Amino acid sequence: MTPEVGHYALVLALGLSLIQAIVPLYGAQTRDVALMRLGSSTAIMQFVFVALSFAALTTAYVTSDFSVVNVFENSHSTMPLIYKFTSVWGNHEGSMLLWVLILALFGAAVAAFGANLPVTLKANVLAVQAWIACSFYLFILFTSNPFQRLPRAPLEGRDLNPILQDIGLAIHPPLLYLGYVGFSIAFSFALAALIEGRIDAAWARWVRPWTLAAWMFLTIGISMGSYWAYYELGWGGFWFWDPVENASLMPWLAGTALLHSAVVMEKRNALKIWTILLAILAFSLSLIGTFLVRSGVLTSVHTFATDPTRGVFILGILVFFIGGGLTLFAWRAPLLRQGGIFAPISREGALVFNNLFLTIACLTVFVGTLYPLALESLTGEKISVGAPFFNLTFAPLFIPLMFAMPFGTLLAWKRGDLYGVTQRLMAAFGVGIVAIATTFAAAGAQHVLAPFGIGLGFFVIFGAVIDLTERVALFRRPLGTSLSRAIGLPRSVWGTAVAHAGIGVTLIGIVCASTWGTERIVAVKEGQTVSLSGYDLTFNGMVQRQGPNFRELAGKFTVSQDGRQVGALSPSKRTFSARSMATSEAALLSQGFSQLYLSLGAVNADGSLAIRFYYKPLVLLIWIGTLIMAFGGILSLSDRRLRVGAPKPAKAKPANPKPDLQPAE
Amino acid sequence: MRRFVIIALLATVLMPPLAFAVQPDEILKDPALETRARALSQELRCMVCQNQSIDDSDAPLARDLRLLVRERLQKGDTDKQVLDFLVDRYGNFVLLKPPVEPQTLLLWTVSPLMLIVGTGALIVMARRRRNVTLEAGRLSADEQRRLDAIVKSGSPD
Repeated sequence: MTPEVGHYALVLALGLSLIQAIVPLYGAQTRDVALMRLGSSTAIMQFVFVALSFAALTTAYVTSDFSVVNVFENSHSTMPLIYKFTSVWGNHEGSMLLWVLILALFGAAVAAFGANLPVTLKANVLAVQAWIACSFYLFILFTSNPFQRLPRAPLEGRDLNPILQDIGLAIHPPLLYLGYVGFSIAFSFALAALIEGRIDAAWARWVRPWTLAAWMFLTIGISMGSYWAYYELGWGGFWFWDPVENASLMPWLAGTALLHSAVVMEKRNALKIWTILLAILAFSLSLIGTFLVRSGVLTSVHTFATDPTRGVFILGILVFFIGGGLTLFAWRAPLLRQGGIFAPISREGALVFNNLFLTIACLTVFVGTLYPLALESLTGEKISVGAPFFNLTFAPLFIPLMFAMPFGTLLAWKRGDLYGVTQRLMAAFGVGIVAIATTFAAAGAQHVLAPFGIGLGFFVIFGAVIDLTERVALFRRPLGTSLSRAIGLPRSVWGTAVAHAGIGVTLIGIVCASTWGTERIVAVKEGQTVSLSGYDLTFNGMVQRQGPNFRELAGKFTVSQDGRQVGALSPSKRTFSARSMATSEAALLSQGFSQLYLSLGAVNADGSLAIRFYYKPLVLLIWIGTLIMAFGGILSLSDRRLRVGAPKPAKAKPANPKPDLQPAE
Repeated sequence: MRRFVIIALLATVLMPPLAFAVQPDEILKDPALETRARALSQELRCMVCQNQSIDDSDAPLARDLRLLVRERLQKGDTDKQVLDFLVDRYGNFVLLKPPVEPQTLLLWTVSPLMLIVGTGALIVMARRRRNVTLEAGRLSADEQRRLDAIVKSGSPD
């Protein structure tokens, strides 16, 4: 019964989205406030019904209702409870349901917190949201229904893919989807602005918090996915330039560009058309990401051709929204008036530079990811574009971008003084050069480029620090004044500095871990000791263990440094009986920001055990840096000016009340 | 093993039996040669996997290719000779960084070209905008006459 309720709730959500797709739009055209307001109610009710539908599927999973095909194929009665929850989205159908749940959540959030939006803008935004929702409900109901029943319920399920039986599945996909789908709001705002043919600084102020929130989720989502791959896959890589990873990186790059261009639009009323275009592109790339992953086109062009139902459906959605969005853009964008003149050397100029490089970086990833597909379908020739290509083409775009970052935040609006900024950045240059020299002295000249990477990282971090110290006039004014200024600084200024410093931290982590990481691949016997980068690893034998739905063979190792034991490592190999599949669980030991990484290979005939032992210097900085970036996003989001639905600062009522005039933003 | 995200997002993935990427028995005695073998392995694609290098992959084919690379290196091949040998056998598909050829020209040039075009467009727009500003800042002959009159008389009209 429950699955049918879920199914029915989804159909009702579809019905509501159809109403929402048309009525508020019509209301906005005919200036009928009642019709426009309808969008808010339907958006909230849509969320209620999708949530009900999602709850129904979750119930089926938690109660192991194997009469539902989806549950039968992806669950097992002995699975720990947490994985019964997470396996709801550990498959195609369920993950699409999560996608629309988040879409409905964002739609309801706009309806609930958008009280200060102009009523026509809100109506149009909700209508565009409903178009997206509508197409995805149809996709789920027609091609990917998670509520399909089996005529006769099997006794046991086929179990969730063992690799997915990890806490990573609880964190990574929801965050990633919050990011992907979050950009739909920016998209809807962009289309609504185009429909109205009007856009102003206030528009940018409304769009920014949504974009910022989506960007934060996407940042953490990608980063946590990277960490999951790092510890789960057993060879300690953190970024593979896999098409599926690229699919999530592209919206991130476009979204980062959007975040910056929206600043220019909000502060200076310039770059309007470009901002709109980026908003369309960011969500289009999210859709392309969904398409790439969902349609099977990545595995092979032929897979796509043999079972094209889903692929063609998503392709249709893609063409409709991207094509439609861009057509509307081409038609209506000339109506938008450009404003705000600025000199090339200025804050605006720096942000344009940022946008140029981020967009080209995004284009590089896009072309690299899709070129093999295009070439194969056009000529039949197969080529591979992998990590070596991307490393070579991506780095030259990101290095100038990072180098320009500290300059950008220090330049004044309209017309900046590059010479003055360079002088103010002298301390950061100094720190960078010291870092380069120290790295050369410590690590030798074997890797020529890596010390410069470290230097760049330090320059970026200290550039962000200088941005703050300059603003509070540290050491130039009494400390108390600086302190009160620091408290008075807008949170978004703090956010910018923190997020920029985070990128520097990530860069240092990437350079260190990929340049000075060491590894030993050996076969060890019990009692034997292996040394790596000053750590001694001793193998103390194997143990058999029984887990809830797997058996595991674990190795027991101790790690010591200079004869002092610093920790124990217990990597294992698990066998999952339901799918008769095996996974390898690596063991990690953090030493400060560095990690020791151990994974098991085969047990040889002579009783020795193959192991892979890595030392990854400062590897944790990669993910810590991204968390710092996201924290910068939170700081910025908490800025009063941007807070979603924040009440206006309470002003003391003047003695003679004046008419309450809102400043024209 | 395939990449996590694929697994996280695709419904089902056929898994090859779990093994190990580089095995201890594959490693060459000569560390310099082994370093070259590892570097080459990272440039080569495991052709039955999704976008994985043979260095990362634990598929049996990847192991065969790794052994082949090492065999060629031990016979004294240069890095380029090893790559050429594999391209002869398997085509460009085996290279993770495709060579610059007519079919891949667009792949290699589109980003640098767009960077140049984008920069050019920005410069042109900045120039045009400046001219507009200058134009707007200049007074028409009539306005100039009025201004002169004002300056001369010392009071507006």
